[in-house]
Amino acid sequence: MRIVCPFCGERELGEFTYLGDAKPRRPAADAGEDAVYDYVYLRDNIAGVMSEHWYHGGGCRTWLKIDRNTLTHEISSVEPATGAGARQVAK
Amino acid sequence: MSSNQSHRLPSGGLIDRSASLNFRFDGKTFSGFQGDTLASALVANGVKLVGRSFKYHRPRGILTAGSEEPNALVELRTGARREPNTKATTAELYEGLEAASQNRWPSLRHDLMAVNQLFAPIFVAGFYYKTFMWPAKFWEAIYEPAIRRAAGLGRAAGVADPDHYDKAWAHCDVLIAGSGPAGLAAALAAGRFGARVILCEEDFALGGRLLSDGGTIDGMPAAEWISRTLAELAALPDVRIMTRTTLFGVYDGGTYGALERVNDHLPSPPEHQVRQRLWRIVAKRCVVAAGAIERPIVFAGNDTPGVMMASGMRTYLERYAATPAKRAALFTNNEDGWRTVETALGAGLQIAAVVDARPDVSPAHRSLASKSGFPVLNGSVSAVDGGKDGVRRIAVSLTGGARAEVEADGLAVSGGWNPAVGLTSYHRGRPKWQEDIAAFVPDGAPPGMVAAGAANGAFSLGACLREGFAAGAQAARDAGRSGKAGSAPVAEDEAFSLTPLWHVVGKGKAFVDQQHDVTASDIELAHREGFESVEHLKRYTTLGMATDQGKTSNVAGLAIMAAVSGKSIPETGTTIYRPPFVPVAIGAFAGHHRDENFHATRLTPSHHWAAEQGAIFVDTGLWKRAQWYPRAGEKDWLESVTREVKAVRGGVGFCDVSTLGKIDVHGPDAGAFLDRVYINTFSNLAVGKARYGLMLREDGMVYDDGTTSRLAEDHYFLTTTTAKAGPVMQHLEFCRQVLFPELDVQLTSVSDQWAQFSIAGPKTRDLLREMVDPAEDLSNEGFPFMGAREVALRGGIKARLFRISFSGEMAFEISVPARHGDALVRNLMQAGKQFGVTPYGTEALGVMRIEKGHVAGPELSGTTTAADLGLGKMMSTKKDFIGRVMAGREALVAADRQVVVGIKPTDKASRLRSGAHIIPKGEIPGPGNDQGYVTSVCFSPMLDQWIGLGLVERGRERIGEIVHAHDPLRGEDYDVELCNPVFYDPEGGRQRG
Repeated sequence: MRIVCPFCGERELGEFTYLGDAKPRRPAADAGEDAVYDYVYLRDNIAGVMSEHWYHGGGCRTWLKIDRNTLTHEISSVEPATGAGARQVAK
Repeated sequence: MSSNQSHRLPSGGLIDRSASLNFRFDGKTFSGFQGDTLASALVANGVKLVGRSFKYHRPRGILTAGSEEPNALVELRTGARREPNTKATTAELYEGLEAASQNRWPSLRHDLMAVNQLFAPIFVAGFYYKTFMWPAKFWEAIYEPAIRRAAGLGRAAGVADPDHYDKAWAHCDVLIAGSGPAGLAAALAAGRFGARVILCEEDFALGGRLLSDGGTIDGMPAAEWISRTLAELAALPDVRIMTRTTLFGVYDGGTYGALERVNDHLPSPPEHQVRQRLWRIVAKRCVVAAGAIERPIVFAGNDTPGVMMASGMRTYLERYAATPAKRAALFTNNEDGWRTVETALGAGLQIAAVVDARPDVSPAHRSLASKSGFPVLNGSVSAVDGGKDGVRRIAVSLTGGARAEVEADGLAVSGGWNPAVGLTSYHRGRPKWQEDIAAFVPDGAPPGMVAAGAANGAFSLGACLREGFAAGAQAARDAGRSGKAGSAPVAEDEAFSLTPLWHVVGKGKAFVDQQHDVTASDIELAHREGFESVEHLKRYTTLGMATDQGKTSNVAGLAIMAAVSGKSIPETGTTIYRPPFVPVAIGAFAGHHRDENFHATRLTPSHHWAAEQGAIFVDTGLWKRAQWYPRAGEKDWLESVTREVKAVRGGVGFCDVSTLGKIDVHGPDAGAFLDRVYINTFSNLAVGKARYGLMLREDGMVYDDGTTSRLAEDHYFLTTTTAKAGPVMQHLEFCRQVLFPELDVQLTSVSDQWAQFSIAGPKTRDLLREMVDPAEDLSNEGFPFMGAREVALRGGIKARLFRISFSGEMAFEISVPARHGDALVRNLMQAGKQFGVTPYGTEALGVMRIEKGHVAGPELSGTTTAADLGLGKMMSTKKDFIGRVMAGREALVAADRQVVVGIKPTDKASRLRSGAHIIPKGEIPGPGNDQGYVTSVCFSPMLDQWIGLGLVERGRERIGEIVHAHDPLRGEDYDVELCNPVFYDPEGGRQRG
């Protein structure tokens, strides 16, 4: 698999680490145990396009949000995380 | 010397007759020529019997001339380089080659195991499941060893592979699999567009079927066209041709796997060269011009030596000038099979008969037959009379019911051609059935890939050239190239007519999969027993599961299943295709990553110095760390470690702790950030101070610990454990970039930038005063416990000094830029001589941390909470942090959790071992009363006995209780006392002094 890192260009899969579903949002401090439980444990098992977190640890150390089709491995979008360097620079 | 090449034609072939090569097969010496394969050299020497079959030990010969070969498998080479199951059809001949036949005893001609044929009725499909059912114990002890001895293929070398293997990457616009007419035409078109082209050919010669079948291209003989084409390709700027290279798999994102057999054609690789190289090729487009594989027709005795694929016979005659038979017959159901008759006649062979299943043999063929004096029989071969010496007679069932017999010493068979649909189907693609050629052809392909020529079901030479050329040009355009490709090479579109025929029903064993000894009746049996789905059929009969992956057998098997189940072949369908296309050695996948190069090695800044001291090193992840420093006269590690501990506690010692993860945390929100990732608070830490911190995972379990210092208002220096250095960095980046993007903070990994040493013991300050600029105040007031700041060393180098203690002694950790680490350690030794400074390793480090009850890896096991570790009070209630909510779950705060406690044997002389289970005293050990286990142990020089830490149910409430340590693994049982985990200096006065 190849991933086009927004900073490093097209790189090989071995440089990246997979985390998982990028959809869950960390609940606010007062959200309560149930909300945190869902955040920590509940994941959709999507057959199709899924937003995922990947880490470019073998490159720029950016966390990426990648839309990948879990059936075909086709990657339709790669974005740096909100707090990644380029976003800060662009401001 | 070629004197004994009795079956070599006097002229012709693509062999170098000036280069005669001697080789041995089963101990007998033969000769062949440069350009031969082992198979062609055996054919040239009249050897027909080359192996015994997998299950029944039937005599087997050479069926094909390519990588689809199911029968002619040998053990190639000897000793450590012995390679079992090597296809004689692809093994290149070299001087001194040694090969042995497989699966026979005591010899190939007199194989006692052939007695298996008498038991053939029990060796049917599924016999493993049906036989030897009970008694169950007999399976491992008797049945399996016996079956394994009797069935099987070659023997592995049994010793380490002495050769090197390599892995490499390549990138191109257009990747082409195969150098037949379609592949070369594709390369020509893409190359003329200026594309970066890589063409992989598994053979050592380029040309594919052109080498065997010839033909006329652009008005010239095929051989001339090949050499002109290769010359043009060589002149193009970026066309790379890789021979002996098989494209074996396609992976995501246009990545392909290829195996280059760099030096397999030599007895052993030249010095400093690799044997094989595994390529990962990244290509924008790929043209699969992998050709097609001729398929057999299944009939009784079709495995007799001398029965050969028609295309294989052509190859031996045309390319190798070797004659597999003197008087050959042909059994065909298609037009292409007749080519073998023409080739054989041209080579001077007698044709005994042509058995053609089609009623409408062309007038041209009929006139050839009458001119050459052989009969054309309309019907099919129903049996072969022969044995280990080859074919003798062929029985023919004529259309209409009559029978005929033909005397022949060889039989060429053509059942049509199957496009090589592997590569196009590896992404779970299912090929589609094409009626006119009665074969599966690609139905789409992975992104960026297209099949052309015979691999796409286009069998005529003209069509191969046209399709290949068009595919190459389109691939180059798709890859962003443009230009003029010129016109496609032109050749005739010869007719291809075929009447499907898969299986001739008759008496005797008719083999579908010759490598796994699967017969037509096995498939019928599978059908009767309900294993009709092709995936079940495959696994129940093992059809297509041998090392040839059913290249000559799968489609015939499906066709027979379709016939018995009354379905069409497309309805029956194919099994899933999976890479690799040919077997790939594990060594090639491993490449250089074996033995000491299995992973990278990281050396600490003091490594070379420690090695000079004779240190014993231990692998800690990728690191090599000094474990202890033995001295002359010390009888074991324990004596060395005990000396090191006493030296530290009584004087001063130092230890390289550079392996800890180190992260600089910068920015106005650095403190706020650390408050969210640690359970305790760091925003209120004073500049110039250090604090122990604990991180949880979001699920509430402890993740990592370490000391973090505040060097400036907006600058913290964070340390992690050695094991978690990488993962914590990744976790913190996730927190920073994804969870808390609003915080203005930056992280920099500086693990490799700093050499860090722990200096510990009551004389630490004396030693440091020798090292540090005298202007620096190291007094207890000037540099109190948990102080952290930059200092100047004598000579001007800046260092960071942290007054932190893992050992429980008065201690500092000192950091200097990594390049000064070696000098620092040498200076420490020099300056510390007067204080008896002692280097200590990770063992002494561990002893001292256990004596002090500090938790480490064995306690930070991923299943412990902060409270389990006795650190629950560190959890702030005034802020949110990672893991806070989940840490409050009922089970994680239960009163009966196993918590860290000290453990010591009641008998001071008794040894304590980690892993021992803690059981209430007087009870019989069992899962019901298992209350925990010993996590860390050491011999404590201070207490003069073995001590340890453990995780024990309600441990902290049970201090003083005598419990039982049960160690079934080592067969040990002894009483232990639960005690305060801080064994040494529980008041902590030493580290504050």
